Amino acid sequence: MATAAEAPQKLTKKELSADHPTWCPGCGDFAVLASFFKVLEKLQIPHEQIVTIAGIGCSSRFPYFVNGHGVHFIHGRALPLATGVSLGRPDLHVFAFGGDGDGYSIGGNHLDHAARKNVNLTYVVMDNFVYGLTKKQTSPTSPQGFKSKTDPTGAIDRPINPMKKLVSNGATFVARSHATQVKHMMEMFERAILHPGFSVVEILSECVIFYPGAFDAGNPRKGGEFDVIDEKKWDNTPEDEARHDVTSDDDAFAIASLDFPGKFGVFYEVDHPTKNQLEQKWIDSSREKVKNAPAKDLLRERFAAMK
Amino acid sequence: MERDDQSPSDSTPPSDLQNAVIRFAGNSQDGIQTIGGFLAKLAGRSAREVMTYMTIPSTISGGPSIFQVHLGSGEVLSPGDEADFLVAFYQHSYDNHIGSLRDGGVCIYDTDNVEPVANERGLQHVGIPITSTTVEALGGSTRERGKNLFVLGLVTNLFKLDREKVVALIDRQFGRKGEDVIRNAMLAFDAGYGYSLGSDVLYQSWALRDGLSVDTDRMTTDGNTALMYGLIAGGVRYGSGYPITPWSSIMEGLRSELPKYGGLFVQAEDELGAVSMALGFAYAGHLSITGSSGPGLSLKMEALSYAVMAELPLIVVNVQRGGPSTGLPTSVEQSDLMQAIYGSHGDAPRIVLAPKNVEDCFYIAIEACQLARKYSCPVLILSDSALATRIEAFKEPDLDACLIEPTLDQEPRGEEFKPYPVDAPTRHAPPGTKMLGGKYPVVTGLEHDEWGHPSASPEMHAKMNAKRREKIKAVAADLPLPEVFGEESGDVLLVGWGSTWGPIREATKRAKDKGLSVSSIHIRHLNPLPNGFEEIFAKFKHVLVVEMNDEGLYGFGQLATLLRARYCDSKIQSICKTDGLNFRIREILEGITKHTS
Repeated sequence: MATAAEAPQKLTKKELSADHPTWCPGCGDFAVLASFFKVLEKLQIPHEQIVTIAGIGCSSRFPYFVNGHGVHFIHGRALPLATGVSLGRPDLHVFAFGGDGDGYSIGGNHLDHAARKNVNLTYVVMDNFVYGLTKKQTSPTSPQGFKSKTDPTGAIDRPINPMKKLVSNGATFVARSHATQVKHMMEMFERAILHPGFSVVEILSECVIFYPGAFDAGNPRKGGEFDVIDEKKWDNTPEDEARHDVTSDDDAFAIASLDFPGKFGVFYEVDHPTKNQLEQKWIDSSREKVKNAPAKDLLRERFAAMK
Repeated sequence: MERDDQSPSDSTPPSDLQNAVIRFAGNSQDGIQTIGGFLAKLAGRSAREVMTYMTIPSTISGGPSIFQVHLGSGEVLSPGDEADFLVAFYQHSYDNHIGSLRDGGVCIYDTDNVEPVANERGLQHVGIPITSTTVEALGGSTRERGKNLFVLGLVTNLFKLDREKVVALIDRQFGRKGEDVIRNAMLAFDAGYGYSLGSDVLYQSWALRDGLSVDTDRMTTDGNTALMYGLIAGGVRYGSGYPITPWSSIMEGLRSELPKYGGLFVQAEDELGAVSMALGFAYAGHLSITGSSGPGLSLKMEALSYAVMAELPLIVVNVQRGGPSTGLPTSVEQSDLMQAIYGSHGDAPRIVLAPKNVEDCFYIAIEACQLARKYSCPVLILSDSALATRIEAFKEPDLDACLIEPTLDQEPRGEEFKPYPVDAPTRHAPPGTKMLGGKYPVVTGLEHDEWGHPSASPEMHAKMNAKRREKIKAVAADLPLPEVFGEESGDVLLVGWGSTWGPIREATKRAKDKGLSVSSIHIRHLNPLPNGFEEIFAKFKHVLVVEMNDEGLYGFGQLATLLRARYCDSKIQSICKTDGLNFRIREILEGITKHTS
């Protein structure tokens, strides 16, 4: 047993690793997991305060591969569950993981509302443009024309634009990265984790089985271009004029409207009170109003009013 | 209306009323619920028994509405089959409700709006210009406000109720709203109180007696409120829900109340979000609650199956209404029993409880909290729309005896810790808990081994299914059998569950008065059932299950179907109905006749 005198053990990948991932060899999600470990190593969040939560899908197996408190929940509902954990326990660091089907399709409504509520948690979407676990059906981000088992002649519906969706719904930190760019991913994760409020990192994470090559256009090693957003430095230089303002909705929408593969980095980052803070403020003032009375007194008072 | 017949003679005026059923019929915006609420509270303060019944239209504003109050100095078990008094505000109120008045009953009507119809049932009509007198009393306001208080004054005088107590209640209700409001309220009330009915004989003879009970610490409230405070007393501090009638008032109450206790209730984006968020609170280590009515429960079923699999404690309230689909949002029905027990995919055993009256809403909520904690599983509470809005008076709960303070379990777990031990109870380790063995648990909806690793092993699935089943069976071993009301053996045993407790009990009494051999039992624990009903059933020739749901394809209601499956006893039969109304005593008695003749 650990004694109080012992210095807390440094948290490394060794302590953080659990089951070996069941993902297919070559899956982009391996790199996401590795980057997550590295950021946790850097930030040294106390081990017992790390909570990983996911719904259903290949990427949603994430909690099994992290040795930390975890929840493998039902399809599409990771965010409301994570909301409960975050609001119920301000001492914890809450992470939700999932894919495009889980987050943008069956769980789409929850994403909208977690964003507008600005719940304090970090959500990582491993977007592969296809349903992998169920073996190649069209996903909400599959581009038009993508041939799948549910669209044998090519996807008919237009894909959603997750970045626009997130900004318009009120997420206060929205970033985008590519699973082949580990350093960039780590930077995005770190900023997301340190951001107070609802932070989302969308990662293009290739499914090598059902949509191989989907993200080559964003991968320099495959002849693509990894075009990183040039954020404003607020240095009053003429060059700064043209740079991206992360606090501007217009800039975020403009960058989100670029043709695939678009840009990578922080699209949007603003300060806004979190639901956690606002609810806590209400709780505190309610407690103050009742002079921190114990439950028994409060109930007795209510009962007296019913007489 | 029962009278005491102590030495009646021609010279003595009729003596006090022992009980009276008064129905107020008007439109919902007239505030007739307010009159009913006052009378119910007054009853509680006068040690009288009371039960109310109301209908509210499911439209946003307005529409016909009734509030029925059954006041009595003895035990009051139902809102009353028929009214002794009807107060009709409008012609439609009169036309639709005059039939609810018993023969010889009294109809008080607003002469400004109602044209009474001649009858041969011995009804007495008392016409009062309610609208114009109220308008006059309030100084000529054209807005028809205050009629409810006028009627309250009238009724206070008519039944010789304690004026001082009524005024104190008005003061408390309106006092905070400012001087003007309370002055107008009192003007209307006094106009009604002082209204002269002339030499009408009725006027002198309706003094409603105080109860004989010496209880002074009685409180008066509705089922949803009692349930809400029961949850708080049981240690619930967190929850999430989504609006739906008739569940909403529990949600609204918890949203306002929990912060005072340092907790939080969140309105979610939908029912799926609500149950998921509640599970998030539960996973985080708090006893938490979600709830809804039938349609919402349908949406929550996947997550409830998860709660069973993941072995998380959760309280789930279903304030039942008429179904299927959107059904009858403001009518009463008990048709969600099968859904509560079997409503999720897979074999997902869980605990299902049903309160029998308003008081029991409080205690069953506390019991649900204890069970959820002890067995780490979902516990469903099946209330219904009749209980939700019905007002009853009952003894103030003894909080020293029943209050449970919530605790957050963060005790470090040793190396031997397994999240899902096959042969021991699951004790959830919430996040924040240090795992001294270095291995952290994943709570999961996949079938799993003892450490929470996904496992599709046939052996493990059978073992885990057995674990989840056996823990619910273990609950049954601790449950007491309900007591038989009446003789322990005889011709007929009525079996009920939920809000039908009162009418069944009253029907049992009446049947006995008629010389019939009828007893009854009431089941509060529906899943698991307590063990040993076969011994009770064996002592009766007929076992008739009274429930407000359809007799189904095979002629049996939902509880009857379950009891027949469990006891394979063909004498278990059904008395069912689905008219969206509470059981009348008469209907139960007719059901007995049908099955025994």
